[in-house]
Amino acid sequence: MTAETRAAVRPPWWRNLRVLRAVAQIAAVLGALAVFVFLLLTVRTNLEAKGISTSFDFLTQPAGFTVAGSGLERTEPIWKFIIFGGAKNTLLSIALGLPLTTLLGLIVGVGRLSRNFLVRQAATIYVETLRNIPPLLVILFTFLALLLPLPTIQNATTVADLIVVSNREIAFPSLANQENAAIFWLLVLVALAAAATVWIWRSRLFDRTGRPHHRVLWSLATFAAIAAAAWFALGEPVVISKPVVDERVITGGFKMLASYVTVTLALTVYTASHVAEIIRGSILAVPKGQTEASFAVGLTNFQRYRFVVLPQAARIAIPPMINQYLNFTKNTSLALAVGYAEVTFVIVTVIGNANPAPQSIAILMVVYLVFSLTISAISNAVNRRLQLASKR
Amino acid sequence: MSDPIDLMPPLPPEAEEAPWRPSKLTPREWARENLFSNWWNSLLTVLFGVGFVYLGYRTLRFVFVSADWEIVRINLTNFMLGRFPREEIWRVWVSAYVLIAAVGLTVGAYHQTAVERAAEAGLPHATPSVSDRLKRFWPAILLIAVLLALSETITPLLIVLGAFAVGIAARFAGPLLPASIRRWSWAILLVGIVAWLQILNAAGGVGWNDWGGLHLTLFMTVAGIVLAFPIGLLAALARRSTLPALRILSVTYIEFIRGVPLITLLLMGQFMLRFFVPEGFPVPSDVTRALIAITLFEGAYVAEVVRGGLQAVPRGQSEAAYAVGLPTPKVMRFIVLPQALRAVIPAMVGQFISLFKDTSLLYIIGVLEMLSVSEAANAQPIFQGRGLSSVTLPLVGLIYWVGSYTMSKESRRIERKLGVGER
Repeated sequence: MTAETRAAVRPPWWRNLRVLRAVAQIAAVLGALAVFVFLLLTVRTNLEAKGISTSFDFLTQPAGFTVAGSGLERTEPIWKFIIFGGAKNTLLSIALGLPLTTLLGLIVGVGRLSRNFLVRQAATIYVETLRNIPPLLVILFTFLALLLPLPTIQNATTVADLIVVSNREIAFPSLANQENAAIFWLLVLVALAAAATVWIWRSRLFDRTGRPHHRVLWSLATFAAIAAAAWFALGEPVVISKPVVDERVITGGFKMLASYVTVTLALTVYTASHVAEIIRGSILAVPKGQTEASFAVGLTNFQRYRFVVLPQAARIAIPPMINQYLNFTKNTSLALAVGYAEVTFVIVTVIGNANPAPQSIAILMVVYLVFSLTISAISNAVNRRLQLASKR
Repeated sequence: MSDPIDLMPPLPPEAEEAPWRPSKLTPREWARENLFSNWWNSLLTVLFGVGFVYLGYRTLRFVFVSADWEIVRINLTNFMLGRFPREEIWRVWVSAYVLIAAVGLTVGAYHQTAVERAAEAGLPHATPSVSDRLKRFWPAILLIAVLLALSETITPLLIVLGAFAVGIAARFAGPLLPASIRRWSWAILLVGIVAWLQILNAAGGVGWNDWGGLHLTLFMTVAGIVLAFPIGLLAALARRSTLPALRILSVTYIEFIRGVPLITLLLMGQFMLRFFVPEGFPVPSDVTRALIAITLFEGAYVAEVVRGGLQAVPRGQSEAAYAVGLPTPKVMRFIVLPQALRAVIPAMVGQFISLFKDTSLLYIIGVLEMLSVSEAANAQPIFQGRGLSSVTLPLVGLIYWVGSYTMSKESRRIERKLGVGER
């Protein structure tokens, strides 16, 4: 084909695909830009008309109160730290909630596949009930119908001399540092390292000789021996502190706000119903031959799950589990309804104190985007590792 | 002289594709297998058996003895309609009747068309029996029974029975329409929806700012999904587009929305939307603002659902369409989208359920949906401080549960029918 004929074949520009593609993209970008600029200008005009500042200066203004339960009570109460405190409270809820959710979901999911009829039914009822009601309702019910009726702080009851229960705070025994505590915790780390070494040694021995490794027992014994020796040698550097109620104040122990317990518990119970379905689906997706083979080599039920089925199911389950973790994180925002001072609640308070709403909402969204992106980055990294391992 | 073939024994009827079932066990064997196969199982059986009996007893006792349903009886209209003006309630009923009639006609017409098509193709077309329907919709029937039992007068019972009658009559009138009208049955539905809105709204009616309760929840769910669908479809197509600019715009929108909770968008609507309105225009009301936030939110999720469907269409389909010379819009319109959208029906129902549950968040921004009504009822002087949330919240929960459970069961039925996931 000569250059001349090709030129003749080339379509006119309004039918040239390359031109059309460029035009379409430019039009889309310009359109989006136009909408964006228009909204921005409108917002600016409106804010100026109402005399609302567009700067983030308010963050360093004093706030006049602190965020309960964040551990940041002692910092200077300016808005910036208040928002930090809220974000930290969100994190605290996630940190406890995600492992609990996974565990509960695992139990219920395996329960749905149990050979026992009643266990199966119980797990099914759990899943089908909780999956089909809104999480906000679970939170409100937990708070209004389960936790608020608990005794007030004045008549707080103590369960088994260990746990103090009231409708404001719930306190568990904790460890309290005494003299030499720093050295003791250092030695605990040493003990952990020693236990890990023993674990590796026993594993290698087992690989080499085939003798039973009993690595759990060995490692625990090592750890306990060193930690106990350190504890006695240093003269009781760490003691158990039991919570005690005294004049409407709980002293000692590890305290949790009732609202924190509500949110974490309710979201755990709710999300676990979704996780259970994921676990069940993933277990069912493991080829049946695997189960049959493990029965054939004489594994017990527990061994079959622990060494054959669950490791394979875990790979299948990870991507949908990431989704549930993200949902949990986003659902912590519902704590607003029961007054747990997580980041959404804090931002609403910030706006309620006559601070500019646009900036505050922007901060709120950035906080959630950071949480979401971090969780999906971590989970995707784990996923990639496991998936690669499976292809070996 | 008889045909020799007649002498052959009749062939057994072709085995139907029945799901595999274990052979029948005697109750004793069943119990041994399922309850007492070993000591561990027996222990679990005893523990869970005791637990079931105890919880069952407590639940029955709560429902029939200890719970004081007075608060629900008095506030039932609030739970259903919020602060809908009481003298205008006839509008709710009339509009519902019109809508039910339109839906019944459409369903009937579609059904008849499907039957005729199946007959033309020589395929069987099974009509579900009444007992099948009872099995499928028992939660909804239970809910209606509970609500009617809690109502103070007999009027709601009569009206609901009337609604059933209208629905069934329309359902059986639908097939009687001539085929030329039946082809436009979607238009009947559209007219029904417009009429429904007009009856509620027009001539001194009640705008949606004054709707509430279950009525508002249902409206928000349906309106949210319907409005979000075009946005989601466009975003999904843009995300799959070969034009990078479109793809980036779409990914930004989808991932941003999916990264933040719905409540932040609702708060944005609450606190910020008024700044986006140019001067001289009225600031939209609470419900409208919430609807805008919900639409934006759902759009991103619908986009992901539709994208899943688009990815499920084999490449060969669009390649073949391009090969016969169809331009891109036609490839999408006639080849890809029909297959993709069919495949995503179950996932869309899932999205619908999730939005149905998410409408509860309107409580937080102060719109009078069912949870807000529950709170408001508990703040009434006669019920204040009596801890009756443990009565009202389970009722609201039951309503949500019935809706979500029925829809998820139905979506699994559709999934089986379409054979999605079996390919």
